[in-house]
Amino acid sequence: MIELSQTEIEHIQHEMTLYEDPGAATIEALKIVQEHRGWVSDEAMEAAAKVVGVTPTQMEAVATFYNLIFRQPVGRHVIMLCDSISCYLVGYEQVRDHLKTTLGIDFGGTTEDGRFTLLPICCLGDCDRGPAMRVGEVYHDQLTPERVDAILAEYP
Amino acid sequence: MEQTKVLTQRIRDDRAPVWIDDYINEGGYEALNKALSDYGPTEVGPLIKEAGLRGRGGAGFPTGVKWSFMPRFEDRPDERPKHVYLVVNADEMEPGTFKDRMIMEGDPHQLIEGMIIAAYAIGADMAYVFIRGEYVECQKNLQRAIDEAHAKGYLGDDILGSGFNLKIYLHMSAGRYICGEESALLSALEGRRAVPRHKPPFPAASGLFGQPTTVNNVETICNVPHIVKNGVEWYKSLGHNKDGGTKIFGASGHVAKPGLAEFGLGVKLGDVLEHFGGIRNGRKLKGLLPGGGSTPFLTPEHLDTPMDYDGVGAAGSRLGTATMIVFDDQTPIVGVLKNLEHFYAQESCGWCTPCRDGLPWVEKMLIGLEEGRGQPGDIELLDLHVKLLGPGKTFCAHAPGAMGPLEAGLKYYRDELSALIPDDATTLSLTQAANANPL
Repeated sequence: MIELSQTEIEHIQHEMTLYEDPGAATIEALKIVQEHRGWVSDEAMEAAAKVVGVTPTQMEAVATFYNLIFRQPVGRHVIMLCDSISCYLVGYEQVRDHLKTTLGIDFGGTTEDGRFTLLPICCLGDCDRGPAMRVGEVYHDQLTPERVDAILAEYP
Repeated sequence: MEQTKVLTQRIRDDRAPVWIDDYINEGGYEALNKALSDYGPTEVGPLIKEAGLRGRGGAGFPTGVKWSFMPRFEDRPDERPKHVYLVVNADEMEPGTFKDRMIMEGDPHQLIEGMIIAAYAIGADMAYVFIRGEYVECQKNLQRAIDEAHAKGYLGDDILGSGFNLKIYLHMSAGRYICGEESALLSALEGRRAVPRHKPPFPAASGLFGQPTTVNNVETICNVPHIVKNGVEWYKSLGHNKDGGTKIFGASGHVAKPGLAEFGLGVKLGDVLEHFGGIRNGRKLKGLLPGGGSTPFLTPEHLDTPMDYDGVGAAGSRLGTATMIVFDDQTPIVGVLKNLEHFYAQESCGWCTPCRDGLPWVEKMLIGLEEGRGQPGDIELLDLHVKLLGPGKTFCAHAPGAMGPLEAGLKYYRDELSALIPDDATTLSLTQAANANPL
């Protein structure tokens, strides 16, 4: 069993004060742990459950439900490529194939050097500038294979 | 076609956020002052009801009516629960929808002012904005707007000396389309899996943490200050038909100039399309989803449709979020349907069987058709799914929403879909078909 850092614990405890039921901070707790560790391991999840005051099972049920919680290690940069209808109509498939070939991974995969993880994501709300993707928290849009190459180079 | 800019009147061309000084200089927070000084807490709701404001998140339920379901405690303060909640649904995940993001990024105070007035009207003392996890910029801008409003006395205790108290918190979601369903959103806000709840009880009776709660969309709430400030008659005059007010329209896909624009409700579909430059590359319109991924297709024969709740309804679809997804005559319909049904299959919460198992089956059949592995009877089997996953057959509106475009696709593009079944294809048993079309 590992312990969370003091920063993580304080951040989670602050979130718990924002809700009538402190257990509502379950999702926030997972996000906080992920922010500090990159992903949510079994051990970190159990430690977070202890802070929030829910069982590890309750926390696991939540962790596996939401798209943005990673239960496996991910690369330094997580690419989330929008695969919804607006982007599909303006070249999603071409960008997807280019990303998969360039990175040598399929959706869900991480490059061997640990640099990138590639994931599909629902409509990013960038529909008038598709195809769109996020790298980390940054949006990139109006993608073409050439633009993708230039963007990837920005992320060492 | 000239825009009628009400909600977007302050949005800068470069979308740079409007902070509090500029917001106030441009008429901001006048509505809040007016609401608190001229109206009692129970008098704002009837005003919104009279204005005819309907929900802008997709369902179109009359906002004033929704507010009227909230229990009142003015005459029985002893019975007041620990909290009464206003929750703003900013979980903008409907495919092709990008309007709330513009408001929250570009004019965050408009939402905050609307929330304060709405909370006053329903007697709420706590409010949350439930924001999809990817909208980090919205979170930053809204948090700064909240802090600015606090500093000016618009938020917190005894707002502008009225005795009314309100706190606003932001909740960043961890992602799932079903969170946009209002009862699922409440489950998510309570830190649980976003599984929809049985109704009744409706949120007004038992919502967040079992307390009285109203859930409204971002754009809906942003209409409130304008109605309070300018009056019901003014608001009604903005629309072309029965529905009052304006709507933020959007277009993505194969239009020449994709983007967002604000028009009075009831504007003609053809005029909206023209505003967005028509179909790009000199091609022709094949069809469009008028308001997000779950609204049934409209076709070139519908260009005279008035874009309001009843008008789009009469054309066999729904206004939805009014952000339309447009495709040209070179687009195979099977690909469009496959993409949409993949989304719904993936985003099913898994709670009820027809949705959890039916949607992947539909997706499998569409993939089979696209890849030339269609079987005689596939079209009829898709028809059957439209019935079996339709309204009343599932726990919430997710699967019926997914069936909307499929049903319209089978109606308008039936020959094109049937032609995908190879002439020499033989009928397989259901088990054989499942094995032949693995996902």
